[in-house]
Amino acid sequence: MNAKALILLLWLPVAADAQGFAGLGTSADGFSLPVQGEPLTFPADHGSHDDFRIEWWYLTANLTGPDGRPYGLQWTLFRAALAPAEATGWTSPQLWMGHAAVTTPDAHYVAERLARGGIGQAGVIADPFDAWIDDWEMAGPDFDHLTLTAAGTEFAYAMNLTAQGPLVLHGDQGFSQKSGQGQASYYYSQPFFDIAGTLTLPEGDIPVTGIAWLDREWSSQPLAEGQTGWDWFSLSFDDGAKLMGFRLRGTPDYTAATWIAADGTPTVYVDGAFRATPLDTATVAVRELPVVWRVELPDKGLDVTVQAINPAAWMAVSVPYWEGPVVVSGSHDGRGYLEMTGYE
Amino acid sequence: MNRAALLALLSHWRRSPLQLFTLLAGLALATALWSGVQAINAEARASYDAAAATLGEGQFDQLLPATGTIPQSTYIALRRAGWLVSPVLEGRLNGVRIVGLDPLTAPGGLGPVRLGEGTDVTGFLSQAGQIYARPDVLDLLPDTGAALIPRPDLAPGTAITDIGTAQRLLGRDGQITRLMVAPAQPLRQKPLAQIAPDLSRRAAQGGSDMAKLTDSFHLNLTAFGALSFAVGIFIVHGAIGLAFEQRRSVVRTLRALGMPLGRLIRLMALELTGFALIAGAIGVGLGYLIAAALLPDVAATLRGLYGADVSGTMALRPVWWLSGLAIALGGTAVAAGGAFWQLARMPLLAAAQPRAWAMQAGRGGRWQAVGAVGLLGLAGILAFVGSGLVAGFALLAAMLIGAALALPLVLDRVLALGQRLARGVTAQWFWADTRQQLPGLALALAALLLAMAANVGVSTMVSSFRLTFTGFLDQRLASELYVTTTDQAQTEALLAFVTPKVEAVLPLVQADQPLAGFPAEIFAARDHRTYRENWRFLQAVPDVWDVLKAGEGVLINEQLSRRAGLGLGKMLNIAPGLSLPVIGIYGDYGNPVGQAILTETLFQTLFPTIKPTRFGLRLPQADVPALTAALTDDFGLPAGQLVNQAAIKAFSLDVFERTFTVTTALNILTLAVAGFAILMSLLTLAALRLPQLAPVWALGMTRAGLGRVELLRAVLLATLTSVLALPLGLANAWVLLARVNVAAFGWQLPMFLFPLEYARLIGFALLAAVLAALWPAVRLARTPPAALLKVFSNER
Repeated sequence: MNAKALILLLWLPVAADAQGFAGLGTSADGFSLPVQGEPLTFPADHGSHDDFRIEWWYLTANLTGPDGRPYGLQWTLFRAALAPAEATGWTSPQLWMGHAAVTTPDAHYVAERLARGGIGQAGVIADPFDAWIDDWEMAGPDFDHLTLTAAGTEFAYAMNLTAQGPLVLHGDQGFSQKSGQGQASYYYSQPFFDIAGTLTLPEGDIPVTGIAWLDREWSSQPLAEGQTGWDWFSLSFDDGAKLMGFRLRGTPDYTAATWIAADGTPTVYVDGAFRATPLDTATVAVRELPVVWRVELPDKGLDVTVQAINPAAWMAVSVPYWEGPVVVSGSHDGRGYLEMTGYE
Repeated sequence: MNRAALLALLSHWRRSPLQLFTLLAGLALATALWSGVQAINAEARASYDAAAATLGEGQFDQLLPATGTIPQSTYIALRRAGWLVSPVLEGRLNGVRIVGLDPLTAPGGLGPVRLGEGTDVTGFLSQAGQIYARPDVLDLLPDTGAALIPRPDLAPGTAITDIGTAQRLLGRDGQITRLMVAPAQPLRQKPLAQIAPDLSRRAAQGGSDMAKLTDSFHLNLTAFGALSFAVGIFIVHGAIGLAFEQRRSVVRTLRALGMPLGRLIRLMALELTGFALIAGAIGVGLGYLIAAALLPDVAATLRGLYGADVSGTMALRPVWWLSGLAIALGGTAVAAGGAFWQLARMPLLAAAQPRAWAMQAGRGGRWQAVGAVGLLGLAGILAFVGSGLVAGFALLAAMLIGAALALPLVLDRVLALGQRLARGVTAQWFWADTRQQLPGLALALAALLLAMAANVGVSTMVSSFRLTFTGFLDQRLASELYVTTTDQAQTEALLAFVTPKVEAVLPLVQADQPLAGFPAEIFAARDHRTYRENWRFLQAVPDVWDVLKAGEGVLINEQLSRRAGLGLGKMLNIAPGLSLPVIGIYGDYGNPVGQAILTETLFQTLFPTIKPTRFGLRLPQADVPALTAALTDDFGLPAGQLVNQAAIKAFSLDVFERTFTVTTALNILTLAVAGFAILMSLLTLAALRLPQLAPVWALGMTRAGLGRVELLRAVLLATLTSVLALPLGLANAWVLLARVNVAAFGWQLPMFLFPLEYARLIGFALLAAVLAALWPAVRLARTPPAALLKVFSNER
């Protein structure tokens, strides 16, 4: 996805009078803007881009316990900049926010961390890769072999991640269009992680295995004015293919998608090719949220029903949103993650 | 009918404006002193609450360093080990308490800005920064480039800013004073001892520390307010009783005309309620003025004694407007209860006997005696078995009220004795007439007794304290000069410079660390004759300095000894694995926290990182100016880093004097109220006594002579009361010194007597009595003979 939790920007003062969810539809004074055709370089681009306003390292995982019970896991580190620079000490304009969650069919555990840049409490180093906030950390000798930890008051997890496929660049070689007016971000994913480790929940330690999807995105003005939120899908099908698709809600809606073949070959779809239609809603946190969707990509013969494993996967954090594991059935079977923002 | 009856009742006040004035003034004064004190307390408490809310003290557990400050790296290490802690840096800039917070990690949304709430986080975190404080506090700050944002709801004397800005303003880069621990911690975290063994965790305490620490001070003020209120209610009681008695004929007439008793009582209650509300409103207004006048001193006291920041300006709080009116109504109800009771039981056609009211007190004498003995007995019991602040004040109350009840009986006995010893007709009449007047004056005299006793008690306490404190300063501040250094290099240079020039250099090194669970400071003492010769102990083992030198014990202050129950020989845990016996307990007046003294060697082992930066210099007094000049001119020590003994003493004494300004002011007010009570009693009595004086006049005593006798009588009664007040006041002082002080401040003071001071007080009391009696006496001397003659034309 992309415009994932641009949430961070809600912090910024411009949010008060800005348009769009979390103030993302505002101008990018002084910050760099994504440039089409400029290639991404690795491992440097795994690190942080302090001259862009927002950035994130966003990992979601579909896990299975020894008894076949499904679990969802989220580990996210957001960066938001008050100014396009970095400095040592408290004067650093970089702010960091971490979200961690574990979802079971009947429970949802959430934790949040906030930190200032410049003092060592949070940050990201490209090589060897290390992303951390407080005691939460995603790190490894390279981007294909990572360990992952987080802990909240009721849950904790420790995981190992091993990439089974290549990085996938969305849009035009990583330049991902976000509106008809030209808003864009840099966006790539590593959707081929195998994951294994231990969930610590109130009921005890649970060994789990599964698949994980890591999104990397940075931008300075990813939403157009009038775009109020988004619905984002990352689906992994049993045949090895994967789909990233999102709908930015506004007038009109803007959609985009990347079909990822089992070998990692991407097929990029522009506005209108991908369709997501709510089928049923649930009341979550005093809101009506669509928790059953019809998702279509006619070009690939895809017509599936996407259903939340736990409709109550509400992220009750500074800027709340919905993020949880889903099951996929219909023309293709599989599992994945759904994120919904901007529902009032 | 209601209207007519009410007019008839009110007409009494029109005919006796003086009584009305007495009633209203007494009630207003009582309310004023009470609500003034309450207002001061409310203001101070509001300040503590604001401070606690702003700073999270008391709300969250804290991690505190054993000494000095916490390095920022320790904070990061804790966060990375899973500890949800938030840094706070505190310091003073131009006298303002600067508090730096990190809004991103502060628990419970502390601080002026919060994410996602439309507050100006960007400005707060920006390089220039923002400072939030009350407008008067902002005025004190120098221009730092930070934006100044007025916030009237913040704690007084405190400015809130980002921790980064605070580090810059205070010049303390990378330093943290304390860490707040969020109430909810993650499942997994490394042990504190492994990450930051130097930090100790202090549990959050319900309510703010400051509120607890200063509780005793406020109870003290409240007791004074209550005493003043009681004196005021004495006056009101007298005025109401007299008015009811004088209106018996009106009541009789109204009832004879068919007015039901119940309705009559309701009307009279309505009337009094009206008066109470008027007087209450005046009283609350006066109380506000009193509070506003005293608050700056109270604020200074609290800062001096406890380091508490209290606003020096009053805010109008509806709660004490209402409570002031309520207390006026309540006081009126108490004062009028007896009168209504009598009215309800009065036979329909009882004769109007204005003098009967005055004799009432005499008839109730037996009950009064029982009450007096009972209360004094209770006071005696409390003196032996009671402990704690509440018991101390209960003891004071029982003693004072018991003595007030006993006063008329004792005076009556004394006067009866005088009467027996009197020779000559005039003298005998004087004694008899004085005795006969006693019941009417009893209340006013009781007020005088209470005011005098309070004055004697408090002045004894304050003077004893001053004497002890001065002596204490002399032994504590034995060094002639005190110098402060800023870093190790300056320390070494300074030592090299001064050592050949002085008799001795005494390092003063200190570590702040809780002891026995109480906030405390640890000092190191170098073995030197300065300490051996000057220090006085409350209790100590033999050769205490030698034992200390051998590292075989620890000296503690009285506060720590009392709070932690540590007597001589008890073991005190100083550091993990190190407990030492208490070998000496010393007085440490004016210090709110506990203190312990170790040898220099032991201190250095325990706190290797703390190097002394303050030094006491011993040298002949005559050499002080020369060395001062050498240090500033030759060595280049800034003036602020050099203080001579006299300056510190002057400063300490100044703090001391301000501490008791409020007490003294309240004392004088109480005495003034008592003087007023005497004046009003004499004025009301004067009018009633004409029938008794007319025969004396007819027998040949001149009006001027009668006036002189009146004056003499007032002086006699005031003298007797004052003399009786003296032992009561001394008992009062003993309770204050031995009980209340111990509970309130943690130290006991030796009691000294100040006969000259007492003589002066008695002089004041007599002066007040003479001034009060002067006007009625002059009026008597000028009574037209016709008025005296008219007495004989009346039936009575």
